[in-house]
Order: sequence, then C-alpha cells, then structure tokens
Amino acid sequence: MIAELGHFALILALAVALVQATLPMVGAARNQRQWMAVAGPASAAQFLFIAVAFAALTHAYVTSDFSVLNVAQNSHTDKPMLYKVAGVWGNHEGSLLLWITILALFGLAVSVLGRNLPPGLKARALGVQAMISVGFLLFILLTSNPFARLDPAPFNGSGLNPLLQDPGLAFHPPLLYLGYVGFSMAYSFAIAALIEGRVDPAWARWVRPWTLAAWIFLSAGIVLGSWWAYYELGWGGWWYWDPVENASFMPWLAGTALLHSAAVVEKRDALKSWTILLAIVAFGFSLLGTFLVRSGVLTSVHAFATDPARGAFILLLLVVSIGGSFSLYAARAPWLKMGGMFAPVSREGALLFNNVLMATGAGTVLLGTLYPLFADALSLGKVSVGPPFFNSVFLPLMVPMVVAMGIGPMLAWKRGDLAGALLRLKLSMLLALAAAAATWMLQGGSAGPWWAAGGMGLAVWLALGTLAEWAERVRLFRAPLAGLPHRIAVLPRSAWGMTLTHFGLAVFIAGMTASSAWKSESVQTQKIGETVTVAGYAFTLTDAHEVAGPNYSALEGTFTVAKDGRPFAVMRPEKRAYRQPPRPTTEAAIHGTVLGDVYAVIGDADGKGGYVTRLYFNPLVPWMWAGAAMMVLGGLVSLSDRRHRIGAPQRARAKA
Amino acid sequence: MRRSLYLLPVALFLVLAGFLLGGLFLNPRDIPSVLIDRPVPEMNLPALAGRPADSGLASADLKGRVSLVNIFGSWCISCADEHPTLMRIKAQGVVPIHGIDWRDDPAKALAWLQRNGDPYDRVGVDPAPGRTSIDFGVTGAPESFIVDKAGVIRYKHVGPITPKVWEATLLPIIVELNK
Repeated sequence: MIAELGHFALILALAVALVQATLPMVGAARNQRQWMAVAGPASAAQFLFIAVAFAALTHAYVTSDFSVLNVAQNSHTDKPMLYKVAGVWGNHEGSLLLWITILALFGLAVSVLGRNLPPGLKARALGVQAMISVGFLLFILLTSNPFARLDPAPFNGSGLNPLLQDPGLAFHPPLLYLGYVGFSMAYSFAIAALIEGRVDPAWARWVRPWTLAAWIFLSAGIVLGSWWAYYELGWGGWWYWDPVENASFMPWLAGTALLHSAAVVEKRDALKSWTILLAIVAFGFSLLGTFLVRSGVLTSVHAFATDPARGAFILLLLVVSIGGSFSLYAARAPWLKMGGMFAPVSREGALLFNNVLMATGAGTVLLGTLYPLFADALSLGKVSVGPPFFNSVFLPLMVPMVVAMGIGPMLAWKRGDLAGALLRLKLSMLLALAAAAATWMLQGGSAGPWWAAGGMGLAVWLALGTLAEWAERVRLFRAPLAGLPHRIAVLPRSAWGMTLTHFGLAVFIAGMTASSAWKSESVQTQKIGETVTVAGYAFTLTDAHEVAGPNYSALEGTFTVAKDGRPFAVMRPEKRAYRQPPRPTTEAAIHGTVLGDVYAVIGDADGKGGYVTRLYFNPLVPWMWAGAAMMVLGGLVSLSDRRHRIGAPQRARAKA
Repeated sequence: MRRSLYLLPVALFLVLAGFLLGGLFLNPRDIPSVLIDRPVPEMNLPALAGRPADSGLASADLKGRVSLVNIFGSWCISCADEHPTLMRIKAQGVVPIHGIDWRDDPAKALAWLQRNGDPYDRVGVDPAPGRTSIDFGVTGAPESFIVDKAGVIRYKHVGPITPKVWEATLLPIIVELNK
C-alpha cells in the first residue's frame, strides 16, 4: 500500500513538473506575473510529492518489505540499519529516486531563498529545473520503477553488495549526487540567462554560491569514494582512472573552472559567454556520468546493472538537454553584451588561463575515458586506456596550472604587474627549487622517479605562494604589527576560503606525489610468528582466527608491528565472507602517522598454516586526505561569507 | 568567423552523442580471443593417472570431429558449479568433451572426477605453471573452447557453462559446425 502511494506520488510529481516546466516559461515570455508565480508553489508541491515517494521507498527498506522487488533484490533482514537505509540508494532505481529528490530540493530552495530574484529569471530557471525533473521522472516511471512488486514475496532478500556495506560508501552517493545535481542550478540559471539574453553580476552573485555548494559536495563525495577505495579494496591505491571515477572527476574539473569564471563575471562583468558555456558543460558532464554508469557502454569496476533501454533513454535526455542548450548557446551567446576588458596579464587573465587548462584537462579525461568506445565504434579494435595515459597527459597539463595558481592571486584585476608579482614571490620560488633539490637528494637521485622532485617543488611553491598572498592581504610585514589581529579579523571569509583551498591543494599534491613515488609493498605467504619488514616496519603475524559479524564471518589477522626494535602498533586486518550475497571483502588495517600509512591486508589461508599477506608503507597518504579536507573546509568557509550568502546581496539592496 | 565558433560546442557534442549511440549497440565485455580461427596450440599432454593411458590430449586428437575443450581443476569452485552441466552435455552425446586439468594434483583430480562424475573423453594433465593453458590464453578456470573438425578454435567461453549458455550459445555453434 505504501509502495503504491510512493508510485502514485511520483506520477503526481510528474504532472506538477509538467505544469512547472511550461506555465512559468510562457508567463515569462508574455510578462504575465500570475503565470510566472506558478513556479514557486509548483516547486514546493513537486518536492512534497517526490519526498513522499522517497519516504515510501525508505519505509519499504527499513521494514524489509520484500514484496517490493527493489527491496528483495538489494536488502536483507540481517543487514545493520545503516545499510538498510543506505540500500535505498545502493541500486539503480533507488539512486535515481535520490537524484530526483535532491533536484526537487534544489528547486524548492530557489523558490524559497530567491524571493528577491528578478521574477523573469526566477520563473525561467525554475521552468528549466522542472524540465530536467520531467525527463528524470519519465525515466524512473517508464524504465526504472523502484516500487515494482514481487509476487510471491520471498522470505528474505538477496542483500546489498558487501563492498557497499561500509560507512564511507553509505554517504558517498548522496554527497556525489548533491554535487552533480547542484550543478543543475548553474545550468538552469545559464539557460534562463540565455533566454533572457542578459548575463550580469547579479546573475553571477546568484550562481556562485550554488556552484560553490555543489563543488563542496562533489569534492567531499569524490574524496570519500577515493578514501573508501583505499581502505576497502585493499590494493593500497586510491585512484584508478576508472571510467566511473572519471565520470565524477570531469564535472569536478568543469565545476572548478565555472566557480572561478563566475567570480570574474561577478567582479568584473567579463568572461560571460565562457561562464555560460562552462555551466552547461559542468551539468552536461554530470549527465554524461549518469549515462556512462548506467548504459553499459564502458567496462568499469563499479557499474550498475546496465540495460540498453535505460542507456538509450539517458542518451535521449542528454541530447535534448545538452544538445538543446548548446544550440541555444550558439544562437544566443554571440549577442551577449561584452563586459569589462582586461589585459592578458591580470587576475582575469590568470583565471582564464587556468580555466582553459582545466577545461582541456577535462577534455583529455573525456577522451581517455571514451577512447575504448571510439576505437570499438570505428573498428580499430578493443583497447583499454589505463593510468599511463592519464598520468602522462593529464598531469603535465596541471603543472602550468599550479604554477599560475601561485602567481594569479598576486595580480591585480584588469591589468597586473607580472614582474612585481614574481619579485614578491622570489622567496617562494627559491624555496620551491630548494625543496625540489632536497627531494632529489633524499631519494638518492635517479633511484626514485624524476617527477617526484617536480611534484614536491610544485607543492612547496603553491603552499608558499598562497601564504605569501595571505601575508600581503593582511600586510604582515608592511604595516605595524599592532594592527595585525584586526587586519586578520576583518579579512573576508571568501579570502580565507581561497587561501585554505589553495593551501589544501598544495598539501594534497605533496601527499599524492610522495605516495605515488615512494610506496613500498610486499606480498608473501606468512606463517604465524614470521616477520616481514617493509620500509623499516617489522610486521610479525602473531595470530589469525575466525570472528563473527552481524551478517558475515571473517578471518582476522593480528600483526604486531615494530619500528627500530620498539613496538609501534598492533594491527588487525580482516578478510570477510558475507553470507548474503556470498562475497568476500577485505578490510585493510591502517595505522596512520604524519609520515605515512602503515597498511596491512590479510588474504586466504594456504592450507599449510600460512596466510597470504600484503603489507605496505604508503608515504604521506594522510596528507592527501588532510589536503582534501582543507579544500572542502575552504569551500565551506567561503560559502559562509556574507557576500556569498544566498540571497543576501538582494536583500541588502531591497532595504536600501 | 566569430559566429561559427559558437557552433563548435554543439557540433562536438553531436559527434560525441553519435558515438555514445553507437556504443549502446556494442558490448565492451565481448573481448574476442586472439586464438579464434587459429589452430589449437601445439600440445601433447599426458593422461590423468588412473584413467586409460592413451586418454591424454594432443593437438592431433582434436582433428576430425567438433569438440569442446574444457579447462578445469579440482581446486576450482566454479568448475564444480559447472560440472553437472557438463555431465548433461555428455549424456546428450552431441559433442565429445575433452578436459585439461590445470595446475592440479592428479590424485585429487581423479578423486574429484570419481566423486562428481567424469564427462570427459580425454583428460590431459597440465601441471603448474600450466604451459599449455597459457598457450590457450586461459586467464582462469573454467574456460571452454569449441574446436572444429580441422582442429581450429572457433569459440571461447570464459567462466562456467550454465544450461542457458549451453542452450543459447554453445549448442547452436556446435550444430552449425557439424553441418
């Protein structure tokens, strides 16, 4: 009964979305206020109906109602409650429902928070949002109904893929979707602006915080997924350039570029058509990711159960929405009024330079991800594109970007002084070169990879450049120290956000470089009592025995780890065998230090008293997570800036 | 000139969409074996101890009749899943099945066949490191190959043969080759 209610609510939501997609648009074209005003209540009703549907599916999961096919296929009574709830979005149908729930939530947010938006822009943006809703609601109702019944109902369900039964992964999809769907805001506003034929700083003031929020969610989602891969898959790695990872990375790159170019629109009224293009591209990549994951056109380690009919439907959505938007762009963008001019060497110039590099980076990732498909379609044979391609094409593109990141914030808007900026950065430059040289000496010259020195040099350059910019802002050495606390206190939060995020990226680069360059690993069969030494850490396997979990049994190994003869840690990795569905997972034991992660994995018994063990030392991996956390935190700090607060500028103006 | 630049995104997108549409009709997992339409690798594997001494497997044994070559091992869990299907295929009698016992202890393999039934005409033993299986391009057990009358590999199936795979895929190929 409740499931049918959910299904019915989705149909009602579709009807409301159809109204919301048409009436306000027509109203905006004819300048009829009442028609435009339909968008607000419609978005509230749409959210209400979709929330009811989402609650209905969640109810089915929580109560283990196996007469619902989706629940029977993806849940089990033995599952801990957290994973019963997470199971709602751990499958194709449910994840789409989550997608559309978030979309409706954003729609509601526009109508509630956007009271002071120009009515035409608001009506059109909500209309575009509703068009996306219509597409996805049709997709759910026609090809992926989460409320389909199963008769007779089985006694118990098939369970959730054990790899997904992990706290990290329970929250990975919602964060990722908040990011993906969040870019729909910038997209809807971009389309609305194209229809209106006007892009101005007020437009950018609206789009920026939403884009920033989406960027924060997407960053957090990607990092959480990467962290999960690191400790759960037990390979000691964290990024594999898998198509699905790339599917989330491409919108991130486009979104990062969008964030920076929207700043230029707001501050300098320039780069308008480029910003509009990026807004379309960022959401286009989000849709493309949805297509790649669910259509089965690429092989990936973590695709949903794929189905060509679903693939065809998303492709149709993609063609209508993105193809349509690009056509609209081609027709309208040339007529957008040119804004402020700027010299090539200027803050705008540096931002544009990095924008182009990021867009090119996203393009190369797209090319690498889809190359197997191109080759297959053109009968050039079956190929797979792996990390070597991405590392040798994408990473070099990021080098000039990081170099420019150090200089850009030092340049003035409109016309910058490159020589002056470099002069102020000479200390950073010298120390970066010194860090590169020191890295080279410490790794024993060509005993380590040549790029490690470059990576460390870049990290130091960016970190010091960012600090130098901060120091300039608070006039650390240029004004009396007495006023310093005040100058730090009045520094806007958006400036703090930038400093934190850029510094976080520097920390991340250091961690990424070190963990890729100097990882030590050892794979062997170890008997109880045997000791294996990796990177100075002596791992003694002292015990291995069976333990029982709620819905699995596990082999738990105990390693006593010593460093320099002194006890360092006791580590307990597990190899779990889940009962339903029967599938093994590894739970690596990780002991983090400032210098790196000591990482142990236990595998199968060899039947002769030995166990396959994999032992790693992953240098500076915690720096990566710390760096990523700083980037997300920087985003949050910037979002909390008064000037960014959603709707704040309009309200202030309304009072004046 | 400036106008046409704005058309670039939509043009690029349409090319991309064309490829994505084409991609829906291709199966990326359908990786052809390089050995398809090539003669079986040169081999002369000894018989499994406990079966007739002349029941080993050599390349020449695969000529003259369409046959199914199955890579298995007593240590392989999926092979045990597949085994009842092989027994049923043997009972149908449409095609002789030859086994390659891969990286296995011959005594355990014999006990395994005695316990689960023996569907094989010939069983060649390919002890570790499994040179012959490497020549066949085997990545894991079980894998099966359909070999035609001329001793040429015509089809490769990775993973266990289920009744569905047998009915829908393998049997039609064998019937076709037998014509």
